[in-house]
Amino acid sequence: MNKVVKNVEEALKGIEDGMTLMVGGFGLCGIPENSIARLVEMGTKNLTCISNNAGVDDFGLGLLLQGKQVKKMISSYVGENAEFERQMLSGELEVDLIPQGTLAERCRAGGAGIPAFFTPAGYGTEIAEGKEVRVFNGKPHILEEALTADFAIVKAWKGDTEGNLVFKATARNFNPMMAMAGKITIAEVEELVPAGELDPNFIHTPGIFVQRIFQGEKFEKRIEQRTTRKKG
Amino acid sequence: MALDKDGIAKRIAQELRDGWYVNLGIGIPTLVANYIPEGIEVEFQSENGILGMGPFPFEGEEDADLINAGKQTITARKGAVFFDSALSFGMIRGQHVQLTVLGAMEVSQNGDIANWKIPGKMVKGMGGAMDLVASAENIIVAMMHSNKAGESKILKECTLPLTGVGCVKKVVTELAVLEIKEGKFHLLERAPGVSVEEIVSKTEGDLVVPDVVPEMKID
Repeated sequence: MNKVVKNVEEALKGIEDGMTLMVGGFGLCGIPENSIARLVEMGTKNLTCISNNAGVDDFGLGLLLQGKQVKKMISSYVGENAEFERQMLSGELEVDLIPQGTLAERCRAGGAGIPAFFTPAGYGTEIAEGKEVRVFNGKPHILEEALTADFAIVKAWKGDTEGNLVFKATARNFNPMMAMAGKITIAEVEELVPAGELDPNFIHTPGIFVQRIFQGEKFEKRIEQRTTRKKG
Repeated sequence: MALDKDGIAKRIAQELRDGWYVNLGIGIPTLVANYIPEGIEVEFQSENGILGMGPFPFEGEEDADLINAGKQTITARKGAVFFDSALSFGMIRGQHVQLTVLGAMEVSQNGDIANWKIPGKMVKGMGGAMDLVASAENIIVAMMHSNKAGESKILKECTLPLTGVGCVKKVVTELAVLEIKEGKFHLLERAPGVSVEEIVSKTEGDLVVPDVVPEMKID
């Protein structure tokens, strides 16, 4: 089944004001840069964005925040972004902070047809407030519900025309689960290849989870914390 | 003399055991990787999706696609593996990781930990800390004994919003190694040249002090 769309414009068709988007990546690693740039151009407003982080001021999802396109962020860690802080403290931006493993599992569950699950993470803390608690094997757990999105936008290293995806190194992170949880999943890839070129043994995300795929025009791949050692 | 950050990391490194998978948090915990005792092998897990994390890359060899949970560029050791975030936290919640080392703003004598939020200030989020502390069997906290105002962070009860309850077993500070059991801190070791009196005076929580408190052995 051919999932290829011509370009980012075609890939993002149908994203409208007020929709919920999942956006893959961890920090600036493995984020769909081309799609984010296109969302800025489109000017779509009142978005709910589910993404582990919120980018930095001038890159990643930070670009959508600059344009005040985001109504609500659902993330686990948002500490690298001054504009985010300003909007949150002024009440312009709603923020829902979720433990990282719970966020990952809620996306996975959303894509896997599991409406809710119990996890020990957050028991006894303020994030457990109002949530059902049950004891399993002598240990308390809290009920967490699945997440889905109108569109999931993920970034892969390689993809084929069937929508099968391969990720590189730690750029995989949230991308596979978000691909599962989108009603429509858009994959932007560094390299788009014909079906049959990817070894079926080494595909990370099967194309069944992907509705649209395109090759990104350029990838800046900005590094957030460049850390090196000297050759000794 | 009180330990510096590397001293704390060196002391925690002595807790590592051969064959363990270990998750190191951001800050002092990251330094533990520099002091693995000779003759043992451990693998470092970073929750953004790598097992077998190696040292920082040489200049010019950074890969934007290869980072740790602190978003620092890293390398992968031979035999390393990459995975997604759901599988990563499956390793953590499923207790396949033997040791978690993380920092804290406050620890209480029943093992509660607070390290993610100061009300009224910018809230950055808990990241993976709540999942880690809720699940790990063996948690060591690396922290300073007091805050900048000189107030103890080793408390009867935490005052800040909690990250997890009843989960911390051991705390290593610049002054002491403390064990938490039966609702009290127990003084196991003191930093070289640091007196028991100083530790007692800087500990707000209930502290059990044995007759003899050995000095830490740090080289």
